[in-house]
Amino acid sequence: MSDTKFSKEHEWITLDGEVGTIGITKHATEMLGDIVFAELPEKGSNVEKDGTAGVVESTKAASDVYTPVSGEVLEINQSIVDDPSKINADPEGGAWFFKLKLKDKSELDTLMNKEEYDKFAKETSA
Amino acid sequence: MNVKKTALYELHKKHNAKFVEFAGYSMPIQYSEGIVKEHNTTRNKSGIFDVSHMGQLFIKYSDEITDKLQEILPTDLKNLKINQSKYSFLMKENGGIYDDLIITRMKDQYMIILNAACKQNDLQIIKNKLNDQSLDMKNDLSLIAIQGPESKTILENVVLNVSKLKFMNGGNFSFKNNEIFITRSGYTGEDGFEISLSDKVAISFVEELILKGSTLIGLGARDTLRLEAGLCLYGHDINENTSPVEANLKWAISKNRINDNFTGSQKIKKQIEEGVSKLRVGIKPETRVIARESTKIFDEKDNEIGKVTSGTFGPSVNASIAMGYISNSHSKTDTKVFLEVRGKKVPANVCDLPFYKKSYVKGEANV
Repeated sequence: MSDTKFSKEHEWITLDGEVGTIGITKHATEMLGDIVFAELPEKGSNVEKDGTAGVVESTKAASDVYTPVSGEVLEINQSIVDDPSKINADPEGGAWFFKLKLKDKSELDTLMNKEEYDKFAKETSA
Repeated sequence: MNVKKTALYELHKKHNAKFVEFAGYSMPIQYSEGIVKEHNTTRNKSGIFDVSHMGQLFIKYSDEITDKLQEILPTDLKNLKINQSKYSFLMKENGGIYDDLIITRMKDQYMIILNAACKQNDLQIIKNKLNDQSLDMKNDLSLIAIQGPESKTILENVVLNVSKLKFMNGGNFSFKNNEIFITRSGYTGEDGFEISLSDKVAISFVEELILKGSTLIGLGARDTLRLEAGLCLYGHDINENTSPVEANLKWAISKNRINDNFTGSQKIKKQIEEGVSKLRVGIKPETRVIARESTKIFDEKDNEIGKVTSGTFGPSVNASIAMGYISNSHSKTDTKVFLEVRGKKVPANVCDLPFYKKSYVKGEANV
C-alpha cells in the first residue's frame, strides 16, 4: 500500500479514483488494545476533514475516530460493527471503517506517507 | 512519591507486561496476549494474578480482640471457625464504606486482606480500636491469586492437598520449606485460591504455576472478570458515600449482629427496616455501546435516576455490561432505562447480578 496516506490521528486512507477508503492504523490498534465496540458515520452523511467520524472502544477506554479528509460517506463496513475484534486482527486491510467521495483531493497533500507516519508513530509513542 | 514494586515486578517484565500505576504501585495492566484473551484464559483454564499490592494485616487472636473487632466490623467473628474467611467492611458512622475486606480466622491470629489504596487509613482505624502491639501489617509478603477451572489441578501439583480446601476456607501449607497460607477464594467469579507467601519465594512459586500450565493475567482482565461476576471495585462501586445496604451487600452483614452495636450499625438497621433511596444494580445496554463510570441513567420520562459506577465489555457474556446506583423505584429487574453516552440515550435494562454465572467449587473436605 505504497500510496496509502496517514494522519496524525492514526487513520489511513487509500484512494481509488474519487473514492477514499479509511481505517485506523495497526499502531493505533496496538495502543488501544482489544477493541470491543465500533461506531461509524451514517451512510450519506458529510464529514469534514479532522472532524469526528466514529468511535472505537477498547476494554480500557473510548477513542474518537477522525476523518483525514472531507467528503460524503458512500459506504460503511458493518462487519466491524458486528464483530469489532476484526479491527485488531486486520486493521489495515479487511477492517476498513468507511468509504468517502472526496470533496477536495488536495487535502491528501496534508497527510503523511508510510515512512513519515512510521517515524511519527515511533516518536509519539516513545 | 516513589512508585512501589511488588516482588514479582521483574517476572512481569520478563513476560512483557504493560505497567500502570495503581494505588502507588507499578502493576501489570496486561501482558502481550491482551485483556480479552487473558480474560478467556482465566474463565476457560487458569490465570495467575499478582495482588501483592493489597494489605495483609495480621492481628493476634484473643477473645478481647474479637470483641473489639466486632465493634468495627458487622461480621459474626465469634462463630468464625479456624481457617474460615468472611467478606466484611470497615464503615463510617453514617454507613459509608471505608473499605471492603476479607477477614480470616487463623489459629492464633486474624488475617485481614485490605485494598491497596485504603490500607494505611484502614490500619489507623483498626489501630485506634486495638492496641498497637497486636497489629502487624506485613510488607515482606506477596499475595498471589490463581483463578479458573484448571487452577485446582495446577495448584495441587505445586502444593499437595490444597484441593481439599472448601470455598472461603484456608489452611497452612508449605512451599520449598516455607510456610504459606492459602484460602480458596478470589474475585473473578471462578473457582480459585489466594496464596500468601514470603516475597523471597514469590517468583519461584509463580514460575512453578506457569510451568504447570497457568498464565499471568493483568489488572485489565481482573476488572472485566470481577465486573462480569457482579463484584464491587472499591472507590468505584462502593465508597464512603455508599452503605452496604445501598450496595446490595447486606448479605455480608451477619444476621445475628443486626441488633448489635458496631460502627455504622444504627444506619444499617434503619436502612434495612425502612429501605433505601438508591440501590446498586446490574445494567445491560441493548447495544454494544459501553457505558463507563459516571454515565447518567434516565427513566422513560427523561428524569435522571442514577449513575453508572463501572462499565465495560464482558468477553464471556459477549455484551456491554455495567453496574450503578439507581433510585429504588427503578431498581426492579427488567426495568427499562436509558444511558447517556456521547449525547445519545442508549436503551438498557436493569438486570440481576452476576452477569456471568459463578462456578465456585465446594471442595471435598475441610483441611
